[in-house]
Amino acid sequence: MAQVFPAERELRRVIGAGHSVPDRALEGVGERELLELYRSLVLLRTYDERSVVYHRQGRIGTYAIFWNHEAMQAGAVHALEEQDWIFPSYRESAIGLLRGMPASTVLSWWRGHPAGWWNPADYNVASICVPIGTHVPHAAGLAWGKRLAGEDAVAIAFFGDGATSEGSFHEGANFAAVMRAPLILFCNNNQWAISTPLDAQTRAETLADKAVGYGMPGVRVDGLDVLAVYEATREAVARARAGDGPTFIEAVHYRAAPHATADDPRVYIDLERVEEERQRECVGRYERYLRRLGVLSDEQAEQIRGEAAETMRRGIAQAEAEPAADVALLFEHAYADGRVAFASELAELRRLTGGTEAVEPDEGPEVQV
Amino acid sequence: MNDALHVELERDDSVLVMGEDVGRAGGVFRATAGLRDRFGPDRCVDTPLAEAGILGTAVGLCMAGWRPVCEMQYDAFSYPCLDQLITHVGRYRWRTGGGMEFPVTIRMPYGGGVRAPELHDDSPETYYVHTPGVKVAIPSTPADAKGLLAAAIRDPDPVVVLEPKLIYRGVAEEVPEGEHVVPLGRARVAREGSDLTLVAYGAMVALAERAAAGLADEASVEIVDVRTLKPLDEEALLASAAKTGRVVIVQEAPRTCGYGAELAAILAEKAILDLRGPVLRVTGYDVPYPYWQIEDAYMPSIDRVVDAARKLLEF
Repeated sequence: MAQVFPAERELRRVIGAGHSVPDRALEGVGERELLELYRSLVLLRTYDERSVVYHRQGRIGTYAIFWNHEAMQAGAVHALEEQDWIFPSYRESAIGLLRGMPASTVLSWWRGHPAGWWNPADYNVASICVPIGTHVPHAAGLAWGKRLAGEDAVAIAFFGDGATSEGSFHEGANFAAVMRAPLILFCNNNQWAISTPLDAQTRAETLADKAVGYGMPGVRVDGLDVLAVYEATREAVARARAGDGPTFIEAVHYRAAPHATADDPRVYIDLERVEEERQRECVGRYERYLRRLGVLSDEQAEQIRGEAAETMRRGIAQAEAEPAADVALLFEHAYADGRVAFASELAELRRLTGGTEAVEPDEGPEVQV
Repeated sequence: MNDALHVELERDDSVLVMGEDVGRAGGVFRATAGLRDRFGPDRCVDTPLAEAGILGTAVGLCMAGWRPVCEMQYDAFSYPCLDQLITHVGRYRWRTGGGMEFPVTIRMPYGGGVRAPELHDDSPETYYVHTPGVKVAIPSTPADAKGLLAAAIRDPDPVVVLEPKLIYRGVAEEVPEGEHVVPLGRARVAREGSDLTLVAYGAMVALAERAAAGLADEASVEIVDVRTLKPLDEEALLASAAKTGRVVIVQEAPRTCGYGAELAAILAEKAILDLRGPVLRVTGYDVPYPYWQIEDAYMPSIDRVVDAARKLLEF
């Protein structure tokens, strides 16, 4: 039966703003959960800030910054169960850390080393999707396939505002709706696709409006309010698990950092607005909320930050300690029988590069991602 | 094709068929007829009209443990799915370090010669063959069509099966009953000969056979039916070249960077001392596939194949 779901206009919020806007309580979320959420936010923030430093130090390659996107990522992931699947874009490159993936794996990915490969089934986290929006159909297919197999698992796909212009986003969203796939379409609307502003991307009043055309609910949420994101995702997950199909969540904020290390947004972005956004950044905002509740002490905050910093220190050390990749990896996984199929190519490379010694990569130029 | 799908869906519960009009209608070429009734709408799925969505969701279905068989309604309508094929299907196993398999089969009506409107007659095999991580098969007989499709469905890697439209209705023969698998990567010598080799695949094999018959008084012609374009049975190609010393490649796709160019390059690299003359190609032209009133002039013809063979025999 076709249904019309009018999309929301107002942004959902839970965290208030001091005295003028009161905090809203969130049902079913206790102190432990609140602190776990904080731990995830800090881990992601630390990952991002350290990565920019590592990039400047030449220790990782070009890197897509996600500073101030942590509330969307952590809030959404915390609303999932372990059996649920995450489909990240490059903006969510480190989201696997919230599923126990070692930091060294993600850092290796950004170092262009095959140690950055992972088996999605180990974490229920799909590979990082680089071409925009093309993973949305994958998430729809996985969610549909799990439902067909009688398994209880939902999927979430993260993508940006720019991705909503892509055909694959549309096809994935439509498939999910038609198949009643248990999927959450999570749109990180940071209002910029590199240098292209949202009003050059769409004439729709909101991105959530697009959900109406697919016959699914469109929810709008403050992307810097981790609890609002958590609550909205939790609702969408419940709906998906109940067999009611996909939900589109538009998380709204404003990109307060460059698109990537190779990008200089000063030529196109509103710097005053960026400064305002930096003042409202999502980790500090949540930290103040926790302190208002009396849930977070200085010692706890210090300890959580220290743990995250240590995770990164260990992660980069481990990534840098990876031996150079063997040339056999060029072939081994291209096909199930890659080593056999490419035996003569591999033998020739071995002859030219000498024994099993790996090829050292050249330092390449900075590239736009 | 229909028989292969029935057998493979029966044999393996994780196989499902999906595509436009494959369920209720049974496919525009009837390849999936009866599957929906036999296996239900969850295993013979009528999808929205979206080729990239079909292949993209198939990637996710693989991740959920399914072996999807995707039908693209026509080869020339399959181009939207190239995005998924190139950016994901051919790369996903590799980017998981071999951790996950993507045993998807992509099958579609292929090739020209069926007197249809524009964009119903393309020969796009090169796009598929050129994509790393993907295998490609093109049968030329009904028995091979069944056997190669079965092999594709059972293969752990993504396989594209291009089904010559001319053969759907143009060729009749007995097909082995029950399970029948033609392994990928093995060519077939369709006709034995000693003076000249015609290398062809798909509908061009039948054309080559007619050309060979026409040359019967002049030369003993061997025909190698490639069957699997990737992985190629290089051994069979080189063995025939060594035997006859003369090779003419017949391909209906446009000439430049066509599959024939790859075959010719391999012969240049590995058979140079066996060859008694240049490797010649008879191909379509580097133009859009024409409207059907002049398509015969575009397609390789018996005359063009015979002409090339004679040139080579006289070289």
